[in-house]
Amino acid sequence: MQTPASFEYERATSVEGALDALQRLGSEARVIAGGHSLLPMMKLRLANPEHLVDINDLHELSYIREEEGEVRIGALTRHVELLEADLLAVRFPVFRDAERVIADPVVRNRGTIGGSLCQADAAEDLSAVCSALKARVVIRGRDGERLVGLDDFYVGPFTTAVGDGELLTEVRLGLRRGAGSAHEKVERRAGDWAVAAASAALWIENGTIADAGIALSAVGPTTVHLERAEELLRGKAPSEDLFAEAGGIASEDCAPLPDGRGPVDYKRHLAGVLTKRALRRAAARAQHQEA
Amino acid sequence: MATVENLPSSTQERPIGFGRLKRKEDARFIRGEGNYLDDIRLPGMLHGAVLRSPFAHARILSIDTSRALELPGVAAVVTAKDLETLGLAWMPTISYDTQAVLAGDKVRFQGQEVAFVIATDEYIARDALPLIDVEYEPLPAVVNARKALDPEAPLIRDDKTGQTDNLASPTWEAGDEEATDRAFAEADTVVTRDIIYPRCHPAPLETCGMIADFNPQTGQLNIYNGNQAPHAHRTVYAQVAGLAEHMIRIQTGDIGGGFGNKVPVYPGYVCAIAGSIVAGAPVKWIEDRSENLMSTGFARDYVMRAEMCSKDGKITGLRVDVIADHGAFDSTAQPTKFPAGFFHIVCGSYDLQASHVKVKAVYTNKAPGGVAYRCSFRITEAVYLVERMVGALALEMGVDPIELRMRSFIAPEQFPYETTTGWTYDSGNYAKTMKVAMDIAGYDELRREQAEKRERGELMGIGVAFFTEGVGAGPRKHMDILGLAMNDGADLRVHPSGKAVVSISAQTQGQGHETTFAQIVAEELGIPPEDVQVRHGDTDRSPYGLGTYGSRSTPVSGAAVAVVSRKVRDRARLIAATMLETRPEDLAWEKGRWYVKGDPEKGAAVGDIAVRAYSGETLPEGMEGGLDAQVIYDPPNLTYPYGAYIAVVDVDPETAEVKVRRFIAVDDCGVRINPMVVDGQIHGGLAEGIGIALMEVISFDEEGNCLNGSFMDYLVPTALECPDFELGETVTPCPHHPLGAKGVGESPNVGSPPAIVNAVIDALHESHGVTHLDMPCTPARVWAAMQGRPEPPQ
Amino acid sequence: MQVTININGEQVSRDVEPRQLLVHFIRDTPGLTGTHWGCDTSNCGACVVLMDGRPVKSCTTLAVMCEGHEIRTVESLQVNGRLDPIQQGFHETHALQCGFCTPGMLMTTRALLDENPNPTDEEIRVAISGSICRCTGYKNIVAAVQWAAEHQAATRQEV
Repeated sequence: MQTPASFEYERATSVEGALDALQRLGSEARVIAGGHSLLPMMKLRLANPEHLVDINDLHELSYIREEEGEVRIGALTRHVELLEADLLAVRFPVFRDAERVIADPVVRNRGTIGGSLCQADAAEDLSAVCSALKARVVIRGRDGERLVGLDDFYVGPFTTAVGDGELLTEVRLGLRRGAGSAHEKVERRAGDWAVAAASAALWIENGTIADAGIALSAVGPTTVHLERAEELLRGKAPSEDLFAEAGGIASEDCAPLPDGRGPVDYKRHLAGVLTKRALRRAAARAQHQEA
Repeated sequence: MATVENLPSSTQERPIGFGRLKRKEDARFIRGEGNYLDDIRLPGMLHGAVLRSPFAHARILSIDTSRALELPGVAAVVTAKDLETLGLAWMPTISYDTQAVLAGDKVRFQGQEVAFVIATDEYIARDALPLIDVEYEPLPAVVNARKALDPEAPLIRDDKTGQTDNLASPTWEAGDEEATDRAFAEADTVVTRDIIYPRCHPAPLETCGMIADFNPQTGQLNIYNGNQAPHAHRTVYAQVAGLAEHMIRIQTGDIGGGFGNKVPVYPGYVCAIAGSIVAGAPVKWIEDRSENLMSTGFARDYVMRAEMCSKDGKITGLRVDVIADHGAFDSTAQPTKFPAGFFHIVCGSYDLQASHVKVKAVYTNKAPGGVAYRCSFRITEAVYLVERMVGALALEMGVDPIELRMRSFIAPEQFPYETTTGWTYDSGNYAKTMKVAMDIAGYDELRREQAEKRERGELMGIGVAFFTEGVGAGPRKHMDILGLAMNDGADLRVHPSGKAVVSISAQTQGQGHETTFAQIVAEELGIPPEDVQVRHGDTDRSPYGLGTYGSRSTPVSGAAVAVVSRKVRDRARLIAATMLETRPEDLAWEKGRWYVKGDPEKGAAVGDIAVRAYSGETLPEGMEGGLDAQVIYDPPNLTYPYGAYIAVVDVDPETAEVKVRRFIAVDDCGVRINPMVVDGQIHGGLAEGIGIALMEVISFDEEGNCLNGSFMDYLVPTALECPDFELGETVTPCPHHPLGAKGVGESPNVGSPPAIVNAVIDALHESHGVTHLDMPCTPARVWAAMQGRPEPPQ
Repeated sequence: MQVTININGEQVSRDVEPRQLLVHFIRDTPGLTGTHWGCDTSNCGACVVLMDGRPVKSCTTLAVMCEGHEIRTVESLQVNGRLDPIQQGFHETHALQCGFCTPGMLMTTRALLDENPNPTDEEIRVAISGSICRCTGYKNIVAAVQWAAEHQAATRQEV
């Protein structure tokens, strides 16, 4: 088996302690939580940090709760917890949809939402989920906390707004009336990265779409936030034709690259189909027509 | 947590002889007590790691190992120069080519072995690899088999004197060109297809590796190596390394899957042996998964053009032209006189008027190999071709694909049947097997369901494949490998207590030999299987054989065990006659005892005969003591298992995802020693066939970079991609095999990919006009076909 | 650095590099070579062990991360010479051939039954979707889990 290069290791016992360590160790230090993005890269020697700061003992970062009109998820919450959480299944069923198709059940026991978002892999599903839900994330540093929206969180491929000496601590999802959400993904095989995936969230009031969130995985350098499609939907009544039109925008506005998963035209096509399907299910859930 | 006793099995589940017997080998595996290669630790053992080429084709200008040698814990770094002094820089291949052990002048495929590090542990060995400085001069690469023979293609094998192009072996032909031309001229319908069987990989879960332990004092070389053909390897090492064959011992331990991947001699093995000789310590080398996928024996990679014709509703002719991509070195493993293996069984299960087959092999800048992955020596390629063509012909003729087959099958009364390419199939009732498959599938009901679904725009496909394959190589008068006859031995010793040990040539990698071969002895001698120890996996203690691949275990080693058991039984008869004071011809046999004809109470059980055989009491005139026998079995012919497979798929009309909803497999592998084990073999091969049909491919970009060098990109099926397989059977005993058994290990891999691809085409033919697509049927590739743009795989 | 890991109820202490993977730490412990490895990219599941009762891929975990956690390997399933129902189930239904994926499969399915004593076939297939088997085609593995589910219900005692 391939093995990592040498590094130093320390375990954080508090968030403050983790931040101190990151500050002290500088840019050659990486945080490790579930490790299922970082360790595979280290084994292939694609990532060679000199220091690892293990944050798995920071249980204070592991929670899913409702407070102050938001669902708040601690960054250390594991995929399996997101999958099983009834609170999320009720409020944001897009999470359960996505978690069913993220990696495999064993990996999901370890991987965390913080790790997934910070990996900033465009093919990663939770980024699209959070973007569609208009999430804001809490980034903590030595000087305090700041709140960042997903669009600003993703700076570029594999790059986020989390700086050296900072830690992503929480994901915040606003609660509003009439919410419905869904995630659709095509993969070549169970557990594979997405060929394309779409997360959609709709807030429907009095038969009209008050707000929409649509984001795509694996069809751009980062998560693709479909602002134009959201604009199309706002103020309109949900319908098959409308969702198909939104799918058309999705096909146009994404920027897929060809690779082993598929060529550009197929990925664009999928962006459209999956956007339409995700919107259809989100609408049905918002209108309580689907269990 | 609750625990259970080892539950006693019912007597039905404890047959003495053939039947559903739970496996003896399970006991260690379910406890995690298997003895696989990486489990073996020897005192003072060093660890090897291979530096591999990042380029598909490049000259090596220099190799500087100094930085690597400075790393604490590194004992040695071996390059081609060092091996040259030992005469080991190049090694012969089974196809009478040569292969570089470590690259000296050039690298010829991405992943090729360039240097070998030996260190105190595996982490350090890997740390040393990036410290080896190799200067390369990249050269243009050719990875497309069709382009390999273009005049401007780069010359890959400039190491071979007189080689001026990338032809690996000249055109090999079978059949009758003239007769085939006539058949086509007279035909009513002709279809033509360019069909590719893409490069794929057996990918057993345990990768390849070796521990080589050379003792300089005694000259003994002990090798631990998961190896499907240990005796043959021993002979090769003796020749290649100039070592005395009787001083080489290969022990295989438990092997975590072979599927043909553990047949070849790999450069890493030779490096480990050389390393041990030079370092005077055991050297362990185990490859990682990337190395396994990128450098070890791949499978298939056949580029085929075929035409099939029919007259009066029956298939009459087949013409096939193949370019075989062998990679950078020709190391395909098949009987010597058959450079295309048994591909010429492409004539299929049909009563053709004529057929003509041509195969030529080319070199490309890819890893060497081609014959692997349960292929029965290229029969997977052949059956894929012929069954895809039958599907295409049925479409063209507007005839149901099963109907076309039924009309064209070789009829039962035509056996033994000589095919148009020189095979003699010994027995078969194809229509009967096909009908069983139809019944299990509910074929008519499926077609009705398909029609209904079509109305609603739902895409459901039903695909069929029928195969006849030839396994159990093979008769010494017809075939050999490197001049070695493809015979297997068996050595049976019955102890005074009546318990027995049978040593066999076959080498299990999961097939259950410890159980099934004990069952053969049990069937023939009446000694319960738990009292028969099967010994294998040690060249010092097992009879010479040519290995386990090509479904040889049952047809050859199984036959050997049956024959040796009968030899013991015949000795037992003579001893029993003396014990019972009668003549041997007055005795009759029932499982476990000889008894006096007409006086069944009067008899001698095998156990009592064994006691007598070792005692000081009178034995028949001239007979030696003991109850042992030894046999080398030369099969009189191949065996011809066959089967009818039906796949049911659903294709998402928008995303083009393919799901195999049902898979029906009816196999006729003759008499089944252990039906449970047979079914298990079939399940596994069907899963591999799903992988090959839908997702497995080793592909390259224009520069020769391998794009599927890990399990992230070489996708194999999980439990979610496999349906609940539905199996059936017919039993047509093999006329020449002592047990009537034929072998089955590769049949599922042979029959399933064409059934699945035929099903996908069937789903998309009416709605989208799809008449062909190549594997793997990934969503992207299926979608392209639905748009009218089916692409060949890279 | 010195690390102590609870493996199968015993405290195992060794001086290791931080980069040593849990799978290697386990396999370097005498008598514990039942946990295997089969890939480089956390896909194959041959290395699955239980950490605090949940299946994890030990090739994608550092040994140093496991101090303070309970690791259980395949060797812990048999108790006082008696097989766990899941082990017996694999034997009954011929759910293994080469045996290489088997320890990972056993630990994964043991954890599944601990959480869900009556899984459907589909739930079993999902649970083992992180483990590759090349030999069996999975059908008999699903049957093994169903066998174990039936038989542990018959023998389960309240603890």
